[in-house]
Amino acid sequence: MALNQFLILSAFLFCTGVYGVLARRNGVLVLMSVELMLNAVNINLVAFSAFVRDVGGQIFALFVITIAAAEVGVGLAIVLLIYRNLDSPDLDRVDQLKG
Amino acid sequence: MLRNAWLIPLLPALSFVAILLVGKRLPRRGAELGVGAVGASFVLACVAAWQWIDRVEGATGKSEGLRAFGKGVLGGEGGEHAEVAVAPVTRGFTWWQNGNVEFNVGIAIDGLAVMMLFVVTLVSFLVHVYSTSYMEGDRRFTHFYALLSLFTASMLLLVVADNTIQLLVGWELVGLCSFVLIGHWWEEKPNADAAVKAFLTTRVGDVGLMIGIIVLFFAAGTFDIQAINAQAVEGEIGHTLLVVASACLLGGIIGKSGQFPLHTWLPDAMAGPTPVSALIHAATMVVAGVYLGARLYPVFFEGFSIDGGTINVMALIGGTTIIIGAALAFVQNDIKKVLAYSTISQLGYMVMGLGVGAWVAAVFHLFTHAFFKALLFLGAGSVSHSGSHHSFDMKADMGGLRKFMPVTFWTFMIGSLALAGIIPFAGFWSKDEILATAGQNEFTFFLVIGLVGAFMTAAYMTRCVYLTFFGEYRGHGEPHESPRAITVPLIVLAGFSVLAGLVNASALEIEKFKEWVEPTVAFPALEHPEFELAGAALALAVALLGILVSYAYWFRNLGPHGITARNPLARAGYTFLENKYYLDALYENVIVGSIKGAIARASYWTNQRVIDGAVNGVATGAAQVGRFAYDVLDQKAVDGAVNGLAVSTGQTGGLLRYVQSGRVQRYALMLFASVALLSLALFVFSN
Repeated sequence: MALNQFLILSAFLFCTGVYGVLARRNGVLVLMSVELMLNAVNINLVAFSAFVRDVGGQIFALFVITIAAAEVGVGLAIVLLIYRNLDSPDLDRVDQLKG
Repeated sequence: MLRNAWLIPLLPALSFVAILLVGKRLPRRGAELGVGAVGASFVLACVAAWQWIDRVEGATGKSEGLRAFGKGVLGGEGGEHAEVAVAPVTRGFTWWQNGNVEFNVGIAIDGLAVMMLFVVTLVSFLVHVYSTSYMEGDRRFTHFYALLSLFTASMLLLVVADNTIQLLVGWELVGLCSFVLIGHWWEEKPNADAAVKAFLTTRVGDVGLMIGIIVLFFAAGTFDIQAINAQAVEGEIGHTLLVVASACLLGGIIGKSGQFPLHTWLPDAMAGPTPVSALIHAATMVVAGVYLGARLYPVFFEGFSIDGGTINVMALIGGTTIIIGAALAFVQNDIKKVLAYSTISQLGYMVMGLGVGAWVAAVFHLFTHAFFKALLFLGAGSVSHSGSHHSFDMKADMGGLRKFMPVTFWTFMIGSLALAGIIPFAGFWSKDEILATAGQNEFTFFLVIGLVGAFMTAAYMTRCVYLTFFGEYRGHGEPHESPRAITVPLIVLAGFSVLAGLVNASALEIEKFKEWVEPTVAFPALEHPEFELAGAALALAVALLGILVSYAYWFRNLGPHGITARNPLARAGYTFLENKYYLDALYENVIVGSIKGAIARASYWTNQRVIDGAVNGVATGAAQVGRFAYDVLDQKAVDGAVNGLAVSTGQTGGLLRYVQSGRVQRYALMLFASVALLSLALFVFSN
């Protein structure tokens, strides 16, 4: 079985996610980019699991999906609060911690 | 009990603290605590004595122990069985350690210690009882009892000590307590002066003691008395060192036991209350010196070559003291001073006894002397308490008291006869033994001195008894017998003064004292004299002659009365004695005066120029160093470093705050950039 195409897809997805996290100013889109990165990792886990014929990686991927769902719940709540306080989902305006 | 003998000094020490804390609030103002504690100590000391005797008897093969005592008296078995070594009972722990040197605290109980425990607790107990009446209504009654307890505790601590350091501690505590008690009525200047004199004079000797202990430590490598004695006996310490050590220790004995030429504090110590005088003279203070001599006897024995039969310093000092003290007793009008000089003279017997190899006899004399001298002092106190309205002047305020105070009179008579050495009272047996040993060891010179001393003792005691109890009453009060708290101790002590001599009556072949008290371990082999009828008879005859001469002079009014008024030579002699050989004048005017004058001026000059100069120089230097330290070190170096650190921290923070933008995405960028860099580094370096 060929492993490379999975890894390339996964790397592409991860880089897209990183770009989204670093460059987007909308909190909802940043959260979505984080989901992209997590799913890139899931592809890696499932691909390697199939490659070494060990089911452990797939179980791990299931856990990651569950935790990603929880994380999105918390993250959306945070974004909602930011929006309520600042009337905008723009993350650049959340800089009260600056030194 | 022997292993728990530390309880005996502990009880009075505890009562000292208890009396100080709660004494004033008790119904008898603290007296009951003192009497109780010392009484308990006395009981424990009796138990200890019993057990020690049992131990000795057990070791010497008399398995039935004490029951043999009765047989010994009847059958005369004394001294027939072989010598068996009975080691002292010791117990202790290391107090602190410095390098290889261990400083111990502990007890070593042997016959000598047991004997002293018995004597000290008994006399102290009787003095405590006596003082309840004698000191009644005193302004510092409670403190008096507190210190009486501490005095007893210190002496007991000294007695049970197993090492020289502990002995020194007890020794100094005894000196301190005697100082405070002599100056009990310090509001009057002579009393305070007497206390200071006693303290400083004994201190002169104490310096010797301290040096002696140090020399012995470096010679023997230990403070343990038993070990020092063992090394001295076996000749492991060089003779020169022993000579130096014993000479220094003898200085301590001279100071503490009132030997010539440091005896001058003892008569002045009469300024204290009479019970204190009794305690000082009989059981605690002055016998500490003799006890030291007996305790470290092997050191003296080897150091002074006592077995050589030649005149040695120790015997010479003792002999001189006998005559000097006895002669002074003749010219005193104060009854307590007569007794004080008599104590000096009797202590001279003990030291001379040690000096001529009569260890048993000297310690035995200490034993018997404690009873009759305590008796005499307490008797004198009783006379002044009830007979002469607190005066001690025999010529002005006493006389004829025999009719008014029968108990005091009879007990005082017993004490005097014991002191004079009349058979069968206690003093006869012990004094005779000293003289017999001196004769046997061929110290003829000291034998003669002892006989002369016996003559003088008998004579001055007859004079004292005459002036106090016979003739017409010369006082101005209504003399009466003392209360029971005073007379009962007198009667008890009188009983001991009669019977104590029989413990070692060599004429009756009873030598229990020698068996029970003389150490058998680490002790030189001493000659023990056989009883000689001729010698004893001679001593007795001399004493009787002394009484007779004195009797003829005072009671029958015979002899050259008023010779001091007629004969210039006799007058000169009397004046010489009255001024106490001018020794006080020598000390006060010549020695102290010269110190006050020239030496004081010289030391003042040194003080002003040398010491003050040095001090000022040091101060100025220190100030300059301080200024330098402030200007350069403190302000520039230290403050500079601290400030510099703060400023640089601030600047670094100022630079770093630009990084803290507060924007999450910029943090995330740094995070990813770092991860990317680290991954690159890992990739590069792992290949």
